[in-house]
Amino acid sequence: MAKVLMKGNEAIGEAAIRAGCVHFFGYPITPQSEVPEYLAKRLPEVGGRFVQAESEVAASNMIYGAAGVGMRVLTTSSSPGISLMAEALSYIAACELPVVLVNIMRAGPGLGGILPSQGDYLQATKGTAHGDFDLIVLAPDSVQEAVRLVISAFELAEKYRNPVMVIGDGMIGQMMEPVEFPDEVKGPPLDPGDWALTGCAGREKRIINSLYLDPDFADRHNRKLKAKFERIREAEQRWEAYNCDGPCDLLVVSFGMMSRICKTAIEELKAEGFKIGLFRPITLKPYPYEALRKAADKAKRIISIEMNMGQMIEDVKLAALGTKPIDFFGMAGGLVPSPDDVVAALRDSLKKAGAGGKAR
Amino acid sequence: MKKIFSYTEGLTRRPTHYCPGCTHGVIHRLVGEVVEELGLRGRTVGIAPVGCSVLAYEYFNCDMFEASHGRAPAVATGAKRTRPNLIVFTYQGDGDLASIGMAEIVHAANRGEKFTTIFVNNAIYGMTGGQMAPTTMPGQHSTTSPGGRNCDEAGYPIRVAELLSTLTTPAYIERVAVHTPAHTIRAKEAIRKAFELQAEGRCYTFIEVLSTCPTNWGLSPRESEKWLENVMMPYYTLGVKKRPEDFDGGIFHGKH
Ligand SMILES: Cc1ncc(C[n+]2csc(CCOP(=O)(O)OP(=O)(O)O)c2C)c(N)n1
Ligand code: SF4
Repeated sequence: MAKVLMKGNEAIGEAAIRAGCVHFFGYPITPQSEVPEYLAKRLPEVGGRFVQAESEVAASNMIYGAAGVGMRVLTTSSSPGISLMAEALSYIAACELPVVLVNIMRAGPGLGGILPSQGDYLQATKGTAHGDFDLIVLAPDSVQEAVRLVISAFELAEKYRNPVMVIGDGMIGQMMEPVEFPDEVKGPPLDPGDWALTGCAGREKRIINSLYLDPDFADRHNRKLKAKFERIREAEQRWEAYNCDGPCDLLVVSFGMMSRICKTAIEELKAEGFKIGLFRPITLKPYPYEALRKAADKAKRIISIEMNMGQMIEDVKLAALGTKPIDFFGMAGGLVPSPDDVVAALRDSLKKAGAGGKAR
Repeated sequence: MKKIFSYTEGLTRRPTHYCPGCTHGVIHRLVGEVVEELGLRGRTVGIAPVGCSVLAYEYFNCDMFEASHGRAPAVATGAKRTRPNLIVFTYQGDGDLASIGMAEIVHAANRGEKFTTIFVNNAIYGMTGGQMAPTTMPGQHSTTSPGGRNCDEAGYPIRVAELLSTLTTPAYIERVAVHTPAHTIRAKEAIRKAFELQAEGRCYTFIEVLSTCPTNWGLSPRESEKWLENVMMPYYTLGVKKRPEDFDGGIFHGKH
């Protein structure tokens, strides 16, 4: 199919349809409202259901219901809305249901602002809600990659029967870029397997439940979920290593749109003879610790650059395990660092690394 | 010999955990019988609440969800919208439905979701040990209204059946009781009507059932029946609150 120019949010909606998802439940919130708006128009055309929920609390429980009866389903929201979905996500993960949700992050905390942010990194990857469970979290750096990752989110959700979050900052949602979609609506309908509630005619009744009054059973279930995530960790880590072959003065770690701004800054400093690598985790969870450590081994120093006050840096530290000094540069509140801001931050780090560059 | 009573296929054989004199079990039985008698069991999905009836998923002999506290109507919406051929019901207590889940129930009813709600109003939080519910009667003692419900502070008990019947969309709303055989027979008719309407593809149906909680009311089962009759029933009047014939939405369907 030829490339089309499309806004990120709309491309995300179309990608879900191409992945064979024709059911959407959600609630409007800037900067992701174009997803429900787009799907309200498109889903009836493809025989699907669009429901505007009364809240994100309801939307997230609606996807619990839809996934529980074995249907492929999507919800999207932005930061404050994701907080309201936390409860349902814990239930969905506990019940091992395949759902995909998208968080187009806006600045926080509180009501925050409507401008882009990466302030929900820790919420997405560590403390999403109560109890021991793990989301799979994918972070695209372009509209095209958002399309790819939404499609792959459905595959992962169904392969592991686990909730998958695609996380982008407000820029990904709002900007227009050329994108190409796979032609075909992908795959057959979701396989209801031996778990979905499709009516018990001709078989034993099924239960979807997360009440474990027996502590031994609860412990076993927690271990089972953990073991599943270990399999995900083994098989599903994704990252991009840019300029990372050979020793470098500095390794930048950055994800999502922010990493593209970092690339511009890195190219600018290349002309001055600095060798700077970029490591971009694509799976924020499972985080590619090992790959990052290998990249870090070749660098004198590391800097984590994020649109928040320093969240992913905790994982960068875990990856580097004290072997390299780690700096941080970030802006929050909706301010997007310019390439110049990043260049200035990189110069600081380069100085600390004792890197000389070309004599000028 | 003629068989005049037997198990219903609508329930599993599992003994329930309900206290002596609790009418949750009777209500389960009625729903189970209706689902069986209408031949709907094989395509029914029920949604259990958080409350004393949380284990309802063990008792109803059909596919069952267990929802988070108050969210059963949203779960039912997701299930029924995406698999419209299913018969879907929620079974919810008064804390679950009328307190934490008030938004979900009102909006599901208002959207006219095509499922059925069985709402068990026992004027108390049973499971958590007898705290005040939105339906607790004026002056009624509970562990969080030790001096009796003070309506100056807590407001008056919410009549959910009446509240929902102000909405244009729902197809059928009725309040029933199960503390005497006569009431139980009427309750079953109401539940049957709700499931029949759902099977016909009609909009939302809601049956409120007045229920006993001897344990947390601090009364014997016999005294509980009396208390329900004398204290609850005058305030929570029984009867049909909304019928499909009452639908007045047509007049708003003009051009905009
Ligand atoms: C989010 C959340 N808040 C609180 C609770 C604790 N809780 C469990 S049951 C319940 C009240 C149930 O009362 P009701 O709905 O009246 O049902 P009953 O037990 O009387 O049948 C509460 C508050 C919970 N499980 N989840
Ligand atoms: S506590 Fe009350 S509602 Fe719960 S089972 Fe006992 S009598 Fe029934």
